[in-house]
Amino acid sequence: MEMDIGNDPTSTEVMLAFYRRLYPFKSIYNWLNHEHAPTRLFTHREFAFTLPGDVYLRYNSFTTADELKKQVCDLKPTRFEIGPVYSARPRDRKTVRAGALTPVLRELVFDIDMTDYDPVRTCCSEADICKNCWQFIAAAVHVLDMALRDQFGYEKLLWVYSGRRGIHLWISDKEAMELTDQQRKALVGWLTAVQAGKESSKKLNLHTGGRLSPSLQMALDYLNTIFGSLILSNQDCFLSEEGYEELLKVVPDAKVAAALRTKWESSPSRSSERKWVDLKKRAAAENFMPTLEDIIIQYTYPRLDAEVSKHRNHLLKAPFCVHPKTGRVCVPLSLDMIDNFDPESVPTVGQLLKELDKIKREEGDGAEVHSDWEKTSLKPYIDMLDRHAQSLMEVTRNEKRKSDMSW
Amino acid sequence: MYKASTGAPNDTYRVAQVANHGLLTYPHRLNFYDAPPLFEVTAEEFETSAIHRLHILSEIETSAARNRTWDELKKVTAIQCDQHLPLGHNIDKTEDLDGERRRDYLSHFVLRLAFCRSEDLRQRFVKAETTLFKLRYESDLINERASFLNSRDFNWIPVDATEQKLYAKELNSPYFGKTEAERLAEKYYKVKWTRVPDLVERRKVFVKKGWAYVPSREQSSIVFHEFETHLQRALEMTAKLIPRLDEDTRLIPVLDNLSRAFLNGISSEWTSTADAGNSETIKAEQVDSLAKKHFPLCMRTLHDNLQRDNHLKHFGRLQYGLFLKVLGLSVEEAIVFWRKSFSRIADDKFNKEYKYNIRHSYGLEGKRANYPAKSCQQLLTPGTSDHGCPYRNYSPENLQTALLSAYSSQGLRSSDLPEIMSYVKSSHYHVACTRVFELTHSTDGISKGEGLGGYENVIHPNEYAARSIALAKMKEEKVKEEPMVVE
Ligand SMILES: [Zn+2]
Repeated sequence: MEMDIGNDPTSTEVMLAFYRRLYPFKSIYNWLNHEHAPTRLFTHREFAFTLPGDVYLRYNSFTTADELKKQVCDLKPTRFEIGPVYSARPRDRKTVRAGALTPVLRELVFDIDMTDYDPVRTCCSEADICKNCWQFIAAAVHVLDMALRDQFGYEKLLWVYSGRRGIHLWISDKEAMELTDQQRKALVGWLTAVQAGKESSKKLNLHTGGRLSPSLQMALDYLNTIFGSLILSNQDCFLSEEGYEELLKVVPDAKVAAALRTKWESSPSRSSERKWVDLKKRAAAENFMPTLEDIIIQYTYPRLDAEVSKHRNHLLKAPFCVHPKTGRVCVPLSLDMIDNFDPESVPTVGQLLKELDKIKREEGDGAEVHSDWEKTSLKPYIDMLDRHAQSLMEVTRNEKRKSDMSW
Repeated sequence: MYKASTGAPNDTYRVAQVANHGLLTYPHRLNFYDAPPLFEVTAEEFETSAIHRLHILSEIETSAARNRTWDELKKVTAIQCDQHLPLGHNIDKTEDLDGERRRDYLSHFVLRLAFCRSEDLRQRFVKAETTLFKLRYESDLINERASFLNSRDFNWIPVDATEQKLYAKELNSPYFGKTEAERLAEKYYKVKWTRVPDLVERRKVFVKKGWAYVPSREQSSIVFHEFETHLQRALEMTAKLIPRLDEDTRLIPVLDNLSRAFLNGISSEWTSTADAGNSETIKAEQVDSLAKKHFPLCMRTLHDNLQRDNHLKHFGRLQYGLFLKVLGLSVEEAIVFWRKSFSRIADDKFNKEYKYNIRHSYGLEGKRANYPAKSCQQLLTPGTSDHGCPYRNYSPENLQTALLSAYSSQGLRSSDLPEIMSYVKSSHYHVACTRVFELTHSTDGISKGEGLGGYENVIHPNEYAARSIALAKMKEEKVKEEPMVVE
């Protein structure tokens, strides 16, 4: 990293300074708790800490934001995770009756990781990510955001950059919080079209009666608009032999596949765009248009880590933690930032502490204040979380008012 | 039971239905079991009705563990239902419809008490009961089912013409199957999507803003899910109330027995037919060859250990001795058998110490009780000593070695082991044992899924042996009947 505090962005000194002066505990509290006074949504919530040396502390819970902050500053974890709201305080788990500690509420969460796109992206691999392949994530975000609002009616969505090569989604609508594991599994099934993982070149068979389900059709309508730029020009997925062979694998007619292969072998520089046009012509003539739709979905549809979403007790890294490898902060992203988002532009912990030092020098040594982050480049992101938390608190206020009146 | 409508003329049917409705305490064959029974029940009725239901639920559980198809499940469960808890249609000329339904109602609630006490039991009970409900729902007559559905509020909202028009493109998509005419004529009901998770998971419905538009042909999904969640909630409520029941000392042992039976496969102590005794007497000399051909692994292991060590510890002797007694070894023959087996022991010591115990186990000494042989359930109870069920007690490696050495001469191959071990891994020990029986009796015409024949699972070592011996006899007789064809 570019910092003089050493090369380790997660040294305990750096983490302590970050947690004491920058981490927005109050905003996180409001977002999890949905109102000012502590409720079970916060007090019965599990926090898990990862300490240096892979020590993992589960089943912590706190009564206030300050208590959480104090513990975090004491432990100086490299990161911490947020779990479900339990039927009792997780920290009392040794004293409650066996079986009495069960998860009851939990944001509906999603995790999309760039590595699941390795079979289709050509610009980077493994841990790397650039502006180009970020477009896979961007497409996934648009499709999921649209489906979750349109079909399930959810409104309180928070997208959070995972600090390296992926994105998390937290949904805090009451109905989403209350979903059982069975219902979460059903919802994931509904949203799944491409299996993340090894068998990604398997045929999809998403059509019945020659049609996609209305929800997948809606996703496809959007994906059609980005397929050309992302897959054909930007990633040029079918330029290499390996790339177009993957494509030919799904062509249902062996004769057509053979003809295309001969044609493409003879002009090695034929672009993905031209090849797609070749294929499209044959598909129209030979009546396999649904296969083209499958291909578009195969290359661009969101690849979900289903296990994360299916279980209420799955832990997920808290927003605003620092990614231990990149030092970048896991900042929230709004939908309109997604397309032009550059992972490189996200502030690192080192950079933020430098900003603070500069302010200190300019303003003279004073006591640290709670809102130190106000003066750093972290501000717009924290403002975003605050606005989101406010909208959740407003829902709670309105509900209370309604129930007051009904009495 | 489950016979299809015989096509009775409509008016006859209606008369019958009206008549019944006026008289029946339980107007429907299907039941959501809303309120607990308030009538007086004898202790015996309490337990026996529950045991009857347990037979059915065990069969359902076993079917799931054995991956039976829905049709196979239907067939084997119908047999159990007929035998243990018949449930007639209103249209049937059954004499005691109310009595049948009362037993169904009572037994369900007794088992709720037994199965509410741990999350694992609750889940298994809900799953089995929901399956039973589905089976009954499917086998119900259309008119009777409709009248049941009308009898309670499922909170589904009929989709009106305006709304159906609004989503015409989506609802009428060929994606949802059927012909265009059928799709256009379809009626839809709106429910929160969370009430039809199975349809949502498979994208079988149109979903908009949190509502699932369920076509009438998929309506049963709503009913089944409602049954499931309703029962789940009820069990959790019962679990909270049950500590009060603990004061009733008569009840708890009964409930404990019931839940244990469900976990281990239902025991033959409770089945009147399964008095697995063998009318034929067996000679001491025959035991060894019988053991090698017909014994389940638990008894086979005891036998082999006895032959190898010329000794068995107390519990092993007791267990194996009672098993042999029920198999048909007379007390005289038993004394011969054990005398030979304990060859390292002097006559004097044998007569003093062991002979008494053998006679005791035959009820000829001491309090002269007729001790029954131990059932699988008893052998599966933790703390039974190391002579319990090998499927449960052995390490996977030891179990596989033991299985191959005991049964490879009867056709068990190492390629069969993964399946058997998968049952063991999921704690379905009686299924594992049953599967071994099937594999080692395939030449007797037992195929996969048939169990001991007639779709019965192993629930008692003596049944295993008795059934195996009977199959061998049948085969012998068949060979005698069919003259060999000589070219
Ligand atoms: Zn890239």
